[in-house]
Amino acid sequence: MSDLPRALAQLKADLRIFRRNPAALFFTAILPVIFLVLFVGIFGNQRLAEYDGVRASTLYLPAFIALAVVSSAFVSLAMGFTRMRENGVLKRVRATPVPPWIVFAGRIGTSIVTAVLTTALLMAIGSLVFGVTLPTNALPGLLAALAVGTFAFCALGIAYTRVISNEESAPALTNAVVLPMYFISGVFVPFRQLPDGVQRIAELLPAQPFVDALRIAFDPHTTGAGLAGGDLLKLAIWGAAGLFFAVRFFGWTPRQQAG
Amino acid sequence: MAAADAAIEIDGLRKSYGRFEAVRGLSLHVRRGEIFAFLGPNGAGKTTTVEILEGFRKRDAGEVRVLGVDPEHADRAWRTRIGIVLQEGQAQPELTVRETLELWAAYYPGPRPIDETIALAGLEEKAGDRVGRLSGGQRRRLDVALALIGDPDLVFLDEPTTGFDPVARRAAWKVIAGLRELGKTVFLTTHYLDEAQELADRVAIVKGGVIVAEGAPRDLAGPGAQETEIAFVPPPGVALASMPGGPAATLGDDGRALLRTQMPTRLLAELCGWAAAQGVELERLEVSRPTLEDVYLELVEAPEATAEVAS
Repeated sequence: MSDLPRALAQLKADLRIFRRNPAALFFTAILPVIFLVLFVGIFGNQRLAEYDGVRASTLYLPAFIALAVVSSAFVSLAMGFTRMRENGVLKRVRATPVPPWIVFAGRIGTSIVTAVLTTALLMAIGSLVFGVTLPTNALPGLLAALAVGTFAFCALGIAYTRVISNEESAPALTNAVVLPMYFISGVFVPFRQLPDGVQRIAELLPAQPFVDALRIAFDPHTTGAGLAGGDLLKLAIWGAAGLFFAVRFFGWTPRQQAG
Repeated sequence: MAAADAAIEIDGLRKSYGRFEAVRGLSLHVRRGEIFAFLGPNGAGKTTTVEILEGFRKRDAGEVRVLGVDPEHADRAWRTRIGIVLQEGQAQPELTVRETLELWAAYYPGPRPIDETIALAGLEEKAGDRVGRLSGGQRRRLDVALALIGDPDLVFLDEPTTGFDPVARRAAWKVIAGLRELGKTVFLTTHYLDEAQELADRVAIVKGGVIVAEGAPRDLAGPGAQETEIAFVPPPGVALASMPGGPAATLGDDGRALLRTQMPTRLLAELCGWAAAQGVELERLEVSRPTLEDVYLELVEAPEATAEVAS
């Protein structure tokens, strides 16, 4: 029997679990929308001379798309797999004949679905409410950034479960890396206003190239396909490193009772 | 050694954690279709042994065959034939009982019907409830259902009724006894000796990493187990030694005389005949056979048992 129906059953169950988890739903799907609306509401949607007359919302939208993807991928997977490991789901599932990749496929599939839906929602609001011009010629750049970014943050999220020793500390430990990274990567604060040293550090981390690649795709002055080669390469390297650590060091049994 | 009717064969199994030898040369054979209870105090090597059988841990030495396969080299086909109930629950709280079983049924090539499995675990009324809202006993029964959904040949039950109230335990026992009817082999780990006595065809008691007793619950104690104990309060003013069986009697803490006999019917007849003839009543008369618990406590509390304590 083929494993495809198994993978679909797993995805269906994982989507259900996500839907019924109010915290996951809020942080991944609703919070980025709230941020977008608040930022435009507070700081206005005027055209900015220092950004070649681009509307403020055109700068905010890619930033909050990045935040949504990081939440859907990195945060959900790091917390979700830690929970499944610590409450024994992973250990037990490993004793069934189901191949491990199906367990990953279900969760990663859920991350992709939520990332795509939240991105679509943000783009719809950005375009219909705030008049953001959606990428047309730079559509390949947008899709490439979303694809490579989702891959990188999924891999990093799964790898990061190695660092988290129990379910209770999972939210704190994931936010401890994600929140500062948002601030220094141009999500909440314009990247150009950050001190040089901070900018150099941020450029080595995965969030800044992701935000930058999305901004390039949304920038109306971008000509051509909008592919940000350097950014995408950095993201891909982070993703490959995450994948390596995830494959190499992923733990299936609860850390609490290992002995 | 690969007997065709063997579900589990263990020979000379050893496993250490650092300097602590958890299992030290354990040998054990479980036949297909039997309910086998694996007993022992905490730290005796029970969980280590079971986790090696289930393929979760690697051994240091010894031969292990589970359904003819070394669990260290288990493949998907082998996992299809094994069902496991771990000590901790393993289901996601957001899914309902039925949704959980639907997902798990997809893991196996030839799953049991879902409704039938729900009924077998006695969860019909909870099928639509989220796992997170089940009671401890109901979750445990869901774990049993998950162990059975793949229609395995061999089921490992690790303390399946710990924390159950007496009614829930009886219900769980019915489920486990039902597995025998389905022809499953059951490897049961438990702290409850009445549970082993009620369910198991054979039991093994593990202590200090080795088996110290093995056999049918009623045979386990050896010759002593054949003896029946008769207890009663000696009638006032009667010398115990003058009663039938009296010379061999001992006086218990509760003031009752205790008689041990291999022929309880005859001794009882004599005693009762004597009492009737004397016109006296044998107060608090009780006839009992040693339980598995008596045997277990005797073995486990033997002096060597205190030698090693796992921390």
